[in-house]
Amino acid sequence: MATEVKELKWIGKRPIRPDGVDKVTGRAKFGADLTLPGMLVGKVLRSPHAHARIKSIDTTKARALAGVKAVVTSADLPELASEWVPAGELQINFRDLSSNILARQKVFYDGHAVAAVAATSAALAKQALALIEVDYEVLPHVIDVVAAMQPEAPLLHDDLFTEGVTPTPETPSNIAKRVEFARGDLEAGFAQADAVVERDYTTKPVHQGYIEPHAVVASTSEDGQSEVWCSTQGQFSVRFYIAKLLSMEISQIRVTPSEIGGGFGGKTTVYLEPLAVLLSRQTGRPVKMVMTRAEVFRATGPTSGAALSVKIGATKDGTVTAAEATLRYQAGAFPGSPVQPGAMCAFAPYAFETFKVVGYDVVVNRPKVAAYRAPGSPIAAFGVESALDELAKRLEIDPLALREKNAAREGTHAAYGPRYGPIGFVETLQAVREHPHYQAPLGPNQGRGIASGFWFNIGGESCAMLNVAEDGTVVVVSGNPDIGGSRASLAMMAAEVLGIDFERVRIIVGDTSTIGYTFLTGGSRVTFATGMAVVQAAEDVVRQLRERAAKVWEISADAVIWEDGQAHPAGANAGEFEPLSLRDIAAEAGKTGGPICGNASLNAQGAGPGFGTHICDVEVDKETGRVTILRYTAVQDAGRAVHPSYVEGQLQGGAAQGIGWALNEEYVYDEDGRLQNPGFLDYRVPVASDLPMIEAVIVEVPNPNHPYGVRGVGEVPIVPPMAAVANAIENAIGVRMCDLPMSPPRLLAAIDNGG
Amino acid sequence: MAKYHVSTSINDEAVEFLCEPQQTLLDVLRDELQLFGSKEGCSSGDCGACSVMLDGRLVCACLVLGVEAEGRAVETIEGMAKGDQLHPLQQSFLEEAALQCGVCTPGILIAAKALLERNPNPTETEVRYWLAGNLCRCTGYDKIVRSVLAVAEEMRGG
Ligand code: FES
Ligand code: FES
Repeated sequence: MATEVKELKWIGKRPIRPDGVDKVTGRAKFGADLTLPGMLVGKVLRSPHAHARIKSIDTTKARALAGVKAVVTSADLPELASEWVPAGELQINFRDLSSNILARQKVFYDGHAVAAVAATSAALAKQALALIEVDYEVLPHVIDVVAAMQPEAPLLHDDLFTEGVTPTPETPSNIAKRVEFARGDLEAGFAQADAVVERDYTTKPVHQGYIEPHAVVASTSEDGQSEVWCSTQGQFSVRFYIAKLLSMEISQIRVTPSEIGGGFGGKTTVYLEPLAVLLSRQTGRPVKMVMTRAEVFRATGPTSGAALSVKIGATKDGTVTAAEATLRYQAGAFPGSPVQPGAMCAFAPYAFETFKVVGYDVVVNRPKVAAYRAPGSPIAAFGVESALDELAKRLEIDPLALREKNAAREGTHAAYGPRYGPIGFVETLQAVREHPHYQAPLGPNQGRGIASGFWFNIGGESCAMLNVAEDGTVVVVSGNPDIGGSRASLAMMAAEVLGIDFERVRIIVGDTSTIGYTFLTGGSRVTFATGMAVVQAAEDVVRQLRERAAKVWEISADAVIWEDGQAHPAGANAGEFEPLSLRDIAAEAGKTGGPICGNASLNAQGAGPGFGTHICDVEVDKETGRVTILRYTAVQDAGRAVHPSYVEGQLQGGAAQGIGWALNEEYVYDEDGRLQNPGFLDYRVPVASDLPMIEAVIVEVPNPNHPYGVRGVGEVPIVPPMAAVANAIENAIGVRMCDLPMSPPRLLAAIDNGG
Repeated sequence: MAKYHVSTSINDEAVEFLCEPQQTLLDVLRDELQLFGSKEGCSSGDCGACSVMLDGRLVCACLVLGVEAEGRAVETIEGMAKGDQLHPLQQSFLEEAALQCGVCTPGILIAAKALLERNPNPTETEVRYWLAGNLCRCTGYDKIVRSVLAVAEEMRGG
């Protein structure tokens, strides 16, 4: 690594995170932990129907109830045009977002918001909801993605014409978009193959399952200035979305992110925030809104369920000659599933010459999907990594060897377009091969599966500010909510550049008025992109420190170097001076030019693609269909692990979520399209007794585009588990599971059908 | 609606509060007493984020009524550290990175402390089953379980 010239003092160590004490003592303030004097409680009325026309809404009785201060419906929101507006790295259709926040002519899913009230107590707000009279004309609905694609399916939007096909269809449908990535002659490729595997797979929508429900407090003053406190992955996104949805100027809104109790992508959009602002504007009082767990399940983003078809062919030696995939992803009520990234990720780990991936974005009567960790990739990987395993078996090749044979390396022309720089996929396969887990003996009804996964990782816009205090301690201001320990990694990078003790660096997450625009915490970007901004801001401080020392010594700044937290004369020619520490220079800053403050703003390019490979051992109880995860190892290229404990934590947490997706989690709807399991009792996320220890193995192939070699790490670990578990089950009992979740009843049925 | 007057003890301090009959202990702690350390993840007893001790027994504060605290002793996360001395579990969670977002952490710490009080020498399986009522979506439980086992050993003087 060219950037690593001397030994690093902090990068790679495991100091205690700066916000840690607050989080183990209950001091940390999350979304629902703020109260303001005179605060009202806001609540949302939600549709009981999967699909219905709203004929009328009568709020008279609700408004008349004593203690009710405001009732709003979509009539209180500005009408917006249907257009895709860039928002950081995302594209948002604000007309749809507005209709999701409060339904306009139609409701599109069970739980769709219809009206909101603000009252002096939660009990009164609930009473008021019951007094709102909505006259619905119930319409036929469609829940399943394949059914929704049929010409005779109930139509959600009569102005939705499939994008990405020429000519554009003349009749509307539920297919919002078609995407395609292809290279080479597919037919010829399959003709060369000695074995071809072709399978259909389905996955169910799963929820991010953050333990903290959505929560917001908004307060609007007489001059129209709004202050918003909420649990979000991106305070700047919230500010922009509110401004758009309520036609406000951005400078009228100040958003302070609370501590965030998990997001996983699900807190990158808005649900309650604009409503709270609207209600506070109408009442002139602060309004607090907190979702119940049932609301979180019914109305906030799960990720897509999908139906996919995968076909892969290879010659006897394991060289894949052609690969094809068709991905059909549920978008929920409005267009915008992650099918495009899914299609891009499907074959990304491999150097296939000939392939074709087609993806469909399909609207159905379910909540609008939201991002969930590596959006789109896990679904595609479930199909591709399962098919590869079957192919290996057919060719009698070790599944690891098959992956090694076809693995993408530096210089591979990625299936989704670019040529890879240095990547660590092969290194993860190598680490799996060398890991004792891979060779460990197995008992009866036990099996082992491996699977790999990919995520782009992203960069994007970030700001950082470093303020040097009079005593030489440093405060870093970042614009990214800290979900998994990023304060620690950012502060470590600042300490590294400044050459001072980690304990002398504090870090805060700024609100939208204290720090410049920073794209949200997501896409595994914070340690990479905001990390780069922190490094640059720290370098800016170092430059100023050298200038100050130069002033004191009356020499040129070029003749001053910064080493081990001190200014030194660059050499004998520069003169003989006692080194000046950060502390010394800070104490005299007033006399040498004023406070020292470093800044950086950038749009980080060159995020390093991330790859991981997991090993999973299961035992199957053939009597009950229950699968026990016996042992699990997650290997991943982190580029450089700044704080290895939190990198391991990402690997372990992502793997656990993937295991839940594989074995238990699913949205269950009844015939009327009503969600049957909107609670943690029936929507079963993995609990401690469901899992073994998850061994995290970090491989480090540095990303040359980051000063310390960082790649993102948060997304990849959720990609491999579903196929790893399915492959392990197949290995254990010879039954190939192509439908998620592989829950006991499903597995039992498959066993009874002889696989 | 008439409010009830309740006298109780919270973290070894005598506390009096007024509450409505339907308010849960969690509502009282958070909304009436401004003790926000206990979290609400579900209000149905399924996530454990609201775990507190009631007369030495581990309970979900969302499943207990505020009035039931009358004459009893409640312990919450706010009382776990003594002065500036963190409980060994709190210290270990920090050192072992047993939290990411931290919203489950207060409940898990309370539950883990309750476990070690009744079973100072738990096996990994016992820790996993004891904590099965406390959801954590971030960590995959690995570092949490390791932390609890390490503290058990340390507290035994091992
Ligand atoms: S809030 Fe009490 S168990 Fe979830
Ligand atoms: S650390 Fe986030 S839920 Fe446990």
